[in-house]
Amino acid sequence: MPFTDSILRPGRLLHDGRVRGWLAQLAIALGVLGLVWYFVDNAGQNLARSGVATGFDFMGARSGVDIDFKLIEYGPDSSYARLLLVGIANTLFVSAFGIVLATVLGFAVGIGRLSQNWLLQGFSTIYVEAVRNVPLLLFVLLWYYLVIRGLPAPRQSIDLFGAGFVNNRGVFLPSPVAGAPFYAVPAAFAAGVLATLVLRRWARARQDATGRPFPVFEAGLALVAGLPLLAAVVAALATPWNWPALRGFGVRGGVAVIPEFLALLAALGTYTAAFIAEIVRGGILSVTRGQREAAAALGLSRRQVLRLVVLPQAMRVIIPPLTSQYVNLVKNSSYAAVIAYPEIVSVFVGSALNNTGRAVEIIAITLAIYLAINVSVSLLMTWYSARTATAAR
Amino acid sequence: MSAPRIAAGPWGWMRARLFRGPVDTAITFACLYLLWLAVPPVLDWLVLSASWVGDSRDACTDGGACWVFVRVRFAQFMYGFYPEAERWRVNLAGLLVAALVALLFLPAFRGKRAVAGVLLAVAVPGIVILLSGGVLGLRPVETRDWGGLMVTVFMALYGAILAVPVSLLLALGRQSKLPVVRALSILYVEFWRGVPIIAIIFLASNLLPLIVPAGVTVDKLARALIGLALVISAYMAEVIRGGLLAIPKGQYEAARSLGLGYWTGTRLVILPQAIRIVIPSLVNEFIALFKNTTLVLIVSLFDLLGMIQSALADPKWVGLNLEGYVFAGIVFWIVCFAMSRWSQRLERRLERRPN
Repeated sequence: MPFTDSILRPGRLLHDGRVRGWLAQLAIALGVLGLVWYFVDNAGQNLARSGVATGFDFMGARSGVDIDFKLIEYGPDSSYARLLLVGIANTLFVSAFGIVLATVLGFAVGIGRLSQNWLLQGFSTIYVEAVRNVPLLLFVLLWYYLVIRGLPAPRQSIDLFGAGFVNNRGVFLPSPVAGAPFYAVPAAFAAGVLATLVLRRWARARQDATGRPFPVFEAGLALVAGLPLLAAVVAALATPWNWPALRGFGVRGGVAVIPEFLALLAALGTYTAAFIAEIVRGGILSVTRGQREAAAALGLSRRQVLRLVVLPQAMRVIIPPLTSQYVNLVKNSSYAAVIAYPEIVSVFVGSALNNTGRAVEIIAITLAIYLAINVSVSLLMTWYSARTATAAR
Repeated sequence: MSAPRIAAGPWGWMRARLFRGPVDTAITFACLYLLWLAVPPVLDWLVLSASWVGDSRDACTDGGACWVFVRVRFAQFMYGFYPEAERWRVNLAGLLVAALVALLFLPAFRGKRAVAGVLLAVAVPGIVILLSGGVLGLRPVETRDWGGLMVTVFMALYGAILAVPVSLLLALGRQSKLPVVRALSILYVEFWRGVPIIAIIFLASNLLPLIVPAGVTVDKLARALIGLALVISAYMAEVIRGGLLAIPKGQYEAARSLGLGYWTGTRLVILPQAIRIVIPSLVNEFIALFKNTTLVLIVSLFDLLGMIQSALADPKWVGLNLEGYVFAGIVFWIVCFAMSRWSQRLERRLERRPN
């Protein structure tokens, strides 16, 4: 009875493990609180002395910052809150495209590293080793230079089969006139997902009852990808378009994608792909040979072995680190601050901080946004791993 | 059933590894075509038509890479604006770093631990004193004159030196039975891992001067260094925690049953095993840190890449970006590739060792 013992003899209280634990925790908590209080107090005094205004009221004020690439309505007369929204939209925009590019390239290179073909394997290995050992910042700068210098001047624009132009000012594409029925696309996507889920239930029930399989994967892919595509084509045909045209030194009309976006996208995509490739390779290698052989012995075809046995097991290994690479990509999109693509860090910690001088507030908001993105992804991952854990036998 | 193909000899090898079937053959030809497309012009630009000698841009007339740029600016890429008469100090500091690295690779000998301890005790404060001066009759050199590869190495080295002890405590804290300690460790690690490094460097350079008492100034380089160390300590803590999780429970119980307390048991039983497991992953984190030091460029500090970027702003050399980037890329690649190979070797050696 060590605890009662120490109560009876207070002098030995300090030798009780639990008491010491609580005392240590109390000391640490007090120490951390004291340190935080000290920093906050210093900051308060320093701010008061320098006469800088504090508070979040600046968010409603006119920003005066002009942005040349925006997905939502914005002008220099808009507020800082609106500016932040522009930054968030641009971050998500470049990240979404970057994730698609990195995934496609990463899976291709990762599978290439396991290829029987000596040349393809060599190419993939060289790609991974060359990219992984170089700073991302160098990639961003290099791609920016290549995009700016590699693309022709506006007068020698590359014609995209009459649909638009590419030159060193960016990519110019036709834009739909306001009021285009493109809301049909997400609706079609949702319908496709729903139909696939229903189809899967039905196919399973039928296979359980009759033993006849149904190609759910192919049909689902056609529904999920095909329906939105169809909706997009219909919407595009039903819409008047604003076509870009070469005028003197520039391009008028349409929508412009700035070169900074292209450079950042290329850098994020090619860089992250090298890391994804290694994850994919590791995942496929983690499925033991016996699994393939067992599946083949059951009489499954090569395609079935891959789809029903190898991929599901490989994906369980691949998905958690893959998600963390996606999160890294979103965080790395902040490298845009170096080439002035207007995403969160660049417009907010850059322009807004310069204009207002409210460092504490602006940095706090910026960090909060990234943390929110991170927390939501990790919640999703917890849900996913809980789901796959129950599926594991 | 046909007889199995002979897979021996160069012809057999080619059939197995290059021309296995129609798809494989197509891939092989596509790769060869790519090689033919890419290699000659790249080789021509890099070496054959490149200009190597001269002292200004006018010497670059051959149409290839203008390596004259790198040659002329080489000293700056290495030392930044460090005064020329004092550069021996940087070289000496570099020698200390080299000695530390060499010690890592030497096979075990008697007293290696003591030698390493003494060298670390000398080098860690020694390099800072050598570079910044102001004592022992050394002329003070302000950090704004530092630059180039020297800053890259300095930031990476001291970032790691600051981060490793912190990350050790954090990893132990996250495994601790004490709820307050565990919560604080989790908060710290997840916070710094959740935000982009660029934002942290901005944070450090904007907020550190604010939270110290009035009159105290924090050096700009030190701010960026602290920012980098905060982030890297969180990542390293997760790596070390992985090592702690890999130690079988029996080891903890054995340590306890020997009568060892928490700290003694951790120090003598748990950590020696855990650290050995995680060293390869720690090296990978160090590689990431080494690459991330380039980000100090955004707060106008000039590491190797920053120095190149600022040299490119010079009208005399404007437009020679490719030469500059290729040079920086080669330097970073050599260092990082060597480290990653070393970490892979350590990993293989660990796998061979029976547990």
